Amino acid sequence: MTDTMTAAPVEGTRRGAVGPLAGPRITATKVAANLVLLVIAVSFLLPMAWIVVASLDAEATLSFGLPDAVTVDNFSAIMTPELTWLPLWNAFVLSAGSAAITVVVSVLAAYPLSRYRMRFGKYFLYSVLFGTCLPITAIMVPVYALFVQLNLLDSLPGTIFFMAATSLPMAIWMTKNFMDSVPISLEEAAWTEGASAMQALRRIVLPLMRPGIAVVFIFVFVQAWGNFFVPFVLLLSPEKQPAAVSIFAFFGQYGSVAYGQLAAYSLLYAAPVLGLYVLVNRISGSAFALAGAVKG
Amino acid sequence: MAVTSRRVARVVPLAPAVVLLALFMLGPVVWSFYGSFTNAALTGPAALNPEWIGFDNYVALVGDPDFPKSLWLTVVFVFLSAVVGQNVMGIALAGLLRSAVKPVRSIASTVVVAAWVLPEIVAAFAAYAFFHSEGTLNTLLAGIGVTGPDWLYSTPMLAVILANIWRGTAFSMMVYSAALAEVPPELTEAAQLDGANGLQRLTWVTLPVIRRSISTNLMLTTLQTLSVFTLIYVMTGGGPGTDSSTLPILAYQEAFKFAQVGYGTAIATVMIVVGGIFSVIYIRALRPEVD
Repeated sequence: MTDTMTAAPVEGTRRGAVGPLAGPRITATKVAANLVLLVIAVSFLLPMAWIVVASLDAEATLSFGLPDAVTVDNFSAIMTPELTWLPLWNAFVLSAGSAAITVVVSVLAAYPLSRYRMRFGKYFLYSVLFGTCLPITAIMVPVYALFVQLNLLDSLPGTIFFMAATSLPMAIWMTKNFMDSVPISLEEAAWTEGASAMQALRRIVLPLMRPGIAVVFIFVFVQAWGNFFVPFVLLLSPEKQPAAVSIFAFFGQYGSVAYGQLAAYSLLYAAPVLGLYVLVNRISGSAFALAGAVKG
Repeated sequence: MAVTSRRVARVVPLAPAVVLLALFMLGPVVWSFYGSFTNAALTGPAALNPEWIGFDNYVALVGDPDFPKSLWLTVVFVFLSAVVGQNVMGIALAGLLRSAVKPVRSIASTVVVAAWVLPEIVAAFAAYAFFHSEGTLNTLLAGIGVTGPDWLYSTPMLAVILANIWRGTAFSMMVYSAALAEVPPELTEAAQLDGANGLQRLTWVTLPVIRRSISTNLMLTTLQTLSVFTLIYVMTGGGPGTDSSTLPILAYQEAFKFAQVGYGTAIATVMIVVGGIFSVIYIRALRPEVD
């Protein structure tokens, strides 16, 4: 999108930009820089470390503290179908559903935007860019009113399509940039042999941009998996709610007592996202792929 | 004729995207403007057949002491946590990472990014526990003999601002890391030879070179922070009273807790307009790259 949204990896950027002027004073500065970084890292780590130690502590409190005895009781206590597995399954259905819809729709939309010069295309891209900026929390009250009118409240498909729509602007933008990097000459050869645009898209362009599609899919999946506010407002029955909402209900009911279980549940729910983040870094070979992909 | 049909065929693949965006993005925005002029409620007759009441919601909004307060809290929250906190912290981290040894660099960037990758509700629990009166922060303070206050109760805005800096700095750090990597080293070296100290090099060489990154990042972090809901809702619930109710929290509470959907929609409309203005500025800045 811009030179600034790029994200070169922090690790592996030009290392040791010391230059010819390096001297003992610079070394002292470097030691200070490393120390400051370590202090920042520890203070950023502390809130997260609480989740890990509390989940393994039978008598967890709200404060970070090493448990007297490490236990997995917190995990076994929450691993029941209604408490954990059903909400995690719902989260999977919501996330995979909206990611699949988003990928298909944005590949279709990106093709004409990437391949043809259209006056309409420019306006469309402007609106898409505007959509990426729109604060979704701002529209949730009107969305609720709209869902009441359309009779879509508490409907899993309705919520899936809504989440797909809200992730479309960013996904179309990313997909178009990935598609722009596939050379058009290959398709021109296919066109002269009589293939239609859609055949060329399916047989030639898609296979070449598989990593890009994976990045978009994971990007949308991770966002939907972590989304709390949208399902919180749109899904009312507990048996339809994803983990983000059920974990909040758990917090309201038992959170003030069973910190260990809350932490264990949080870890279980966060683990897939952390795994997918590592995976997307592998695919695109850059630590900050999600931000970097936007530039294309 | 043939040309027209080919043109139509070309835009057909755009149709699903247009339908979804029109229904679920444009629809609610239009609905928001319309609904803010009605007395829509959560239940009862006004839920299904809301009546047109003109500017009453906006008049009530201006007269309601909660609204100006909430607007002010939102400005404070966005300014201190995004414009100052995340940006300054992000650029400082990006700079420090460049002069750090590899293990320190990996550890620091991984930890900062982890806070950003966590699902928002988990991050909110972690921040809640950290700032709770019996939380990690007060345990640490007790270790040095200080009795910490109940942060979430006595200084709720400070707690949510610090939490949002913790949660969001990674994004600015990544943007600025990329920007700093593109600053030609000759420039800073030349300034150094001319006797400029570190602060002078930062002010007169580095910052002007990356000014485009700064403005883009300011815009994006502002928009993201404007719509923060979960973090505040879990940590303080907007309280005590309305002492940490930013606009998203206020809109939610008016619409769902007090069942005043029309009134909540008016607040939402204000947020959409503010977000829209920021978006237009942002898009204008990017214009050359779209054309």
